[in-house]
Amino acid sequence: MPRVGLVVVSHSLPLAEAAVALAREMLPGRELTIEIAAGTDDGGLGTDAVAISTAITAADSGDGVVVLMDLGSAVLSAETALEFLDDDVRARVVLSPAPLVEGLIGAVVVAAGGAPRDRVAAEALLGLAPKQAHLG
Amino acid sequence: MRVADGLDTPALEAWIREFARSIAEHKDELTDLDSAIGDADHGANMDRGMSAAVTALTEKPPADPAALLKQVGMTLVSKVGGASGPLYGTFFLRMAGALSPDPADDETFARALRAGLDGVTARGKAEPGDKTMLDALAPACDALDAALTAGQPLGAALTAAAEAARQGRDATVPLVARKGRASYLGERSAGHQDPGATSTALLLDAAVATLAGS
Repeated sequence: MPRVGLVVVSHSLPLAEAAVALAREMLPGRELTIEIAAGTDDGGLGTDAVAISTAITAADSGDGVVVLMDLGSAVLSAETALEFLDDDVRARVVLSPAPLVEGLIGAVVVAAGGAPRDRVAAEALLGLAPKQAHLG
Repeated sequence: MRVADGLDTPALEAWIREFARSIAEHKDELTDLDSAIGDADHGANMDRGMSAAVTALTEKPPADPAALLKQVGMTLVSKVGGASGPLYGTFFLRMAGALSPDPADDETFARALRAGLDGVTARGKAEPGDKTMLDALAPACDALDAALTAGQPLGAALTAAAEAARQGRDATVPLVARKGRASYLGERSAGHQDPGATSTALLLDAAVATLAGS
């Protein structure tokens, strides 16, 4: 069974931790690797490409990683982080354009269920669908 | 005489240190510009990043020009926090990739600066006129190339590049931002000078101050 890891990239460490806590509610009793790279090392708001590459490496068990991020520099830093990875790891990473909270919740369920990374990334992208359907 | 020897490690280190000093001096101005159309962190972010870059230069002196600019780039992608981290970081990493361990002659330096420009363009996916640092950096590279092709010495060519960067910076005022946090403001971003183009003009001014007399 594939074990896809997830990485949450945010400007804010509390935001990332809360998003992960919310998502883990979907996984009672199930294991899933979710690494966080969020905030600056002095506790402020910001993203760090080196920390993101470290988080991706830590989340990768060999089956790949799906990275969810908030906005702006989170996206640019995640793209920059890919440069610092080994070629074989980089080939297994998907940067998801999904919205962070909704995408993460969609992704954790299928990732914990053993879906391959492309399926996890596709599920993250569908994260907005329930809200869109509800609100019309 | 560095003209004969090319731009060596001490010359490039002086450039980086002068840029860091200038960023610190203009920190509040950069933040004020960013508070008008962004998230009010450009001055503080760039100052944090360049201060860390200078500290790293002191603690781990790089052996050659390529290693120096690589170290600056890696520090910026890690320490800046905002979008200017990956953008300026990629700029210096691509410059480093275009340099060798040897001192850079004028043409090599110009090629490296353009490699940095190409890196920023690829990273930010911005185009000239989007109200970004590219609006200062692209004309600076063009002016540097043109002056060197015309046979001007490096000092005059860098002076022309810095002038082009300042003009590009000033020309961002009426533009509507199409990238970054400022793009959320739409038409309301017009009438303000872009903070990224402003810090890029300082980068070129620092080059004139430290490399032009080489």
